[in-house]
Amino acid sequence: MRLPTVTRRDFLKTGALSAGGLLVGLHLPGFAQFALAAEGGFRPNAFVRVGVDGRITIFVGQAEMGQGVLTSLPMIVADEMDADLDQVTVEMVGADPAFNHPMFGTQVTGGSTSVRGLFEPLRRAGAEARHLLVEAAATRLEVEPAALRTERGRVIHEASGRSLDYGELANAAAQLPKPDPEAIRLKTPDQYRYIGRDRRRTEGPDKVSGRAQFGMDVRLPGMLTAVVAWPPVYGATLKSHDAEAALKVPGVRKVKVVPEGVAVIAEHFWAARQGREALQLEWEPGANAGLDSEVQGREYRALADTPGAVAADRGDTAAALAEADDVLAMDIDLPYLAHATMEPLNATVHHRGDEAEVWTGTQMQQVDQARAAQILGLPQDKVTLHNLLLGGGFGRRANPLSDFVAVAAHVARDEGVPVKTIWTREDDTRGYWYRPRAVHRLRVRLGEDGLPLAWHQRIVGQSIMQGTPFEAFGIKDGVENALVEGANDLPYAVPNLRVECHLAPRVVPVLWWRSVGHTHTAFAVEHMIDLMARKAGRDPVDYRRALLAEHPDWLRVLDAAAERAGWGSTLPEGRARGIAIHKSFGSLVAQVAEVSLENGRPRVHRVVAAVDMGRVVNPRHAAVQIESGIVFGLAAVLHQRITFSEGRVQQSNFHDYPLLRQSEMPLVDVHLLDSTEPPGGAGEPGTPPIAPALANALLALTGKPVTTLPLA
Amino acid sequence: MKLWVNGEDREIDLPPDTPLLWALRDGLGLTGTKYGCGMALCGACTVHLDGEAVRSCVTPLSAIGGRAITTIEGLSSDGSHPVQQAWIEADVAQCGYCQSGQIMGAAALLAQNAGPDEAAIVAAMDGHLCRCGTYSQVREAVRLAARKLKEGQS
Repeated sequence: MRLPTVTRRDFLKTGALSAGGLLVGLHLPGFAQFALAAEGGFRPNAFVRVGVDGRITIFVGQAEMGQGVLTSLPMIVADEMDADLDQVTVEMVGADPAFNHPMFGTQVTGGSTSVRGLFEPLRRAGAEARHLLVEAAATRLEVEPAALRTERGRVIHEASGRSLDYGELANAAAQLPKPDPEAIRLKTPDQYRYIGRDRRRTEGPDKVSGRAQFGMDVRLPGMLTAVVAWPPVYGATLKSHDAEAALKVPGVRKVKVVPEGVAVIAEHFWAARQGREALQLEWEPGANAGLDSEVQGREYRALADTPGAVAADRGDTAAALAEADDVLAMDIDLPYLAHATMEPLNATVHHRGDEAEVWTGTQMQQVDQARAAQILGLPQDKVTLHNLLLGGGFGRRANPLSDFVAVAAHVARDEGVPVKTIWTREDDTRGYWYRPRAVHRLRVRLGEDGLPLAWHQRIVGQSIMQGTPFEAFGIKDGVENALVEGANDLPYAVPNLRVECHLAPRVVPVLWWRSVGHTHTAFAVEHMIDLMARKAGRDPVDYRRALLAEHPDWLRVLDAAAERAGWGSTLPEGRARGIAIHKSFGSLVAQVAEVSLENGRPRVHRVVAAVDMGRVVNPRHAAVQIESGIVFGLAAVLHQRITFSEGRVQQSNFHDYPLLRQSEMPLVDVHLLDSTEPPGGAGEPGTPPIAPALANALLALTGKPVTTLPLA
Repeated sequence: MKLWVNGEDREIDLPPDTPLLWALRDGLGLTGTKYGCGMALCGACTVHLDGEAVRSCVTPLSAIGGRAITTIEGLSSDGSHPVQQAWIEADVAQCGYCQSGQIMGAAALLAQNAGPDEAAIVAAMDGHLCRCGTYSQVREAVRLAARKLKEGQS
């Protein structure tokens, strides 16, 4: 495929780029108001520009973090405007309110919302461009618009054999008034040329050549690099520091106390890191000095003994449980988890007195821009934020308090030169903003038919929203949706249901981690369902079918997964299957995991996923997003936990916070089911079912429930 | 200090204990080689020394001597190396951050073993972590690259 052309900025003029195109265009402020460049052209809306030379540029305001927005979103626009995508330049923009996400009111790449939130707006944007180009052509050719059709960047008048390139029409189209939205005709699915067909990654060639620019790769004239000595315990304060030895390290320019810690600013990373090693620091550990995961577990279980805020309530669950002879009970305890993006956190800030620039990879451009402006004492519009490729996001780069941009702004403040603040892997692993630890207490009463009469679930975990600008949006009457989602909307037929939650004390900052609350609620619910099926003596698929009779959409996905996985067929000795189904971010996913035990450790051989994510824009990338979500979940189930002892995070790097490895990778089959419904999410919904599917397979193998993670 | 990088003599003025990774990135502006862990645990920093895959994050400049260094930028001048082409065709990358290292690891494997079986691929690529979970696509691309290399020779 053709490489998009380079959008040049002085700082990117490096030798490495001269070999070819760079896809990540950076936001050029002049385009924000859709002003036409001096050479003319047509920009009917934020998303598309047609140059007089016929070159079409499609602008993407979402962050590219691997999920494929630089491919899928242009596919939508190009389809509606009949642009030839192979000739289109794709540009990723920085902070720009013109690209505010309709579901959030600001730029957010999160919640698996890029395609599902922008599908209709981008279709309309493309169709609007096409509409105006056709109008301009109709005037030029003196025919009715209805007599014209469009194809690959041209307007064609079949009757006379005449046609015009979009570039020839750009200036005329730019003079036309904005069309009445009612007049814009959208394509019908049978007319799609791109939507629904596999398309390779736009920036794929740049990602195999070393040219792709991540935040970590920014290089600027005079740039310095900083590493920060972080407090050993969250909330610890600096008592004293001695920078003498650090300043003697060749290349170290400065040691600077910032609110987050002590920064060593140097000519390059290695000097900064060596300088940090040489710092003599004394910390006052503060209130968190005693933080200990075992103690915290006891505190959480004690909280689970007491009634919490009510997240779901129907029937009379308390009475139904009180009169039961036999209650099925399960406590689960799932740990804090780090996102562990492959690209450690970083941001580069150049503070030039009355203005500043920020270069980073972020999922929330304007939130970070505003935070940098606040720290630098500048109006927001004096801070230009350039968003580069993200070496993974998974929620970590969507921080309402912008921690990684904030520290870089503090470090670079008043320095006058660009300073890149890099987190080492250890800093990143110990950098908090984890998936919250979650304790669930479940108590279920089955009727004589084995089906549930009452379901009581209490969830204890830290709030993600407390203390952020999203607090009012995310917490209502003591219930945080991000803590109970996936549990308070239980799809199974249960006459008496009560779900409660406790927002645990905020000891360390926590954040959304790929699929957020669903990471633990799906585990609790789906593992409990298998325990219930087992007690009832029923097959787990049959049991779910019985409880999902009112939900044909769930049944379709459940049955598809069971069928594709050969549910019920004979497996090699020592292997078992487990199934789980969960809905999140607008998509339904069922997974079957085939598991054995090797030397007492689980080995996952195969995972089959059936997915209903509505209409799919790019099936290739949608399917690998589901696969990616499975791998992300498997790593957590098998290996990952963040724990505390004496206030300190006990993990630091990939040896004690392992990712899934090539040798652990199961065969994964993802089946996207046909649908004409609006698009659902792709990035996150693959993650929730894998933990319970694996736990259910282990339950089948060993007869024992899994109540804590990780397993290995 | 002189380094032989991607077929060119390069002069670098950094202390001898500096890991090659940072000399490449900060000293020479070759940012295609990535920092992931700094402890040879993830493979993102993989480069070739005389054709052999090494972890540049734990290789000090003092240990390199006259060996030829090849980075992702030097694997081909235009992304045309069969392994790179296979990576594009198999659409391996997601976020892409680990892929330079994956590709360098695969290229070194195929230089030593032109027809690796599945076990050899897994063994050679096991030291390359990918948070996006592109492992299936990596295997597919290595097999595809092996076919391309074979066709190129015949």
